[in-house]
Amino acid sequence: MSKKNKMLISCDEANHNCDKSQYNEATLWEKIKLNIHLLYCKACRKYSKNNAKLTKIMNNSELEYLKPSEKDTIKRNFKEELSKNN
Amino acid sequence: MSNHQINPNKWIDLYSDYLFNYTITRVKDRDTAQDLVQDTFFAGLKSMKNFKGEASERTWLISILKRKIIDHYRKINSKKGKAEIRVNFNSDTDNEGDWIEQRVADPFDKTAENNLENTELGLAIHNCISKLPEKQARIFKMKTVLGYETETICNELNITASNLWVIIHRARTALASCLEKNWF
Repeated sequence: MSKKNKMLISCDEANHNCDKSQYNEATLWEKIKLNIHLLYCKACRKYSKNNAKLTKIMNNSELEYLKPSEKDTIKRNFKEELSKNN
Repeated sequence: MSNHQINPNKWIDLYSDYLFNYTITRVKDRDTAQDLVQDTFFAGLKSMKNFKGEASERTWLISILKRKIIDHYRKINSKKGKAEIRVNFNSDTDNEGDWIEQRVADPFDKTAENNLENTELGLAIHNCISKLPEKQARIFKMKTVLGYETETICNELNITASNLWVIIHRARTALASCLEKNWF
């Protein structure tokens, strides 16, 4: 019985593992458990599919953002300028 | 007829990522892009009186940014003394494709199409991310776009790892359904 509980996980845990695996942070064991869960859970299969799709388009979009430190620099400079104008 | 209000205090939080992404696809250099975005904010501040409220703030800032990018290319062109037009089919450096026939556009090359699609996709993603609560949006950007480690984000924002994953999960669910409606 205890072995069964180890193999079968809840939907919450499955989604958590799925999110992790999108960033390549899931361990092998977590991925195995996720895939076992996906065998019998239709809702999580759907979630996993959409999640993978989201990862794919995020990678395809080649978005680039300012790092928080760079943003802070701009903010600081901007504040100075703002106070000068007022 | 002032439909749109202007409020420079919130500019950087609201638009810097969008402007930066717009710039980086055009100048390909992080530092230059950062400078251009900053210049845009400054210029916007100076000409705030001219803002008529006909367009949204973002559109207005983008129109300033466009001028800035053009100016940037003008400047580097004149610096190098390359302002004159040169008709040159090959670049001087690579020897491959000396024959002009080899330079014909490859019909299977989809770069332009992909670029167009990417710009639209980027816009769709931006709109969806801006609908997220601020905290979710920030963490999702750090994790997914900037590729920070879980630990780094946790330390920087003072949250636990499980807290982070819950936020990521909510952000991903919301984004997936938003993009489902607007993109897929």
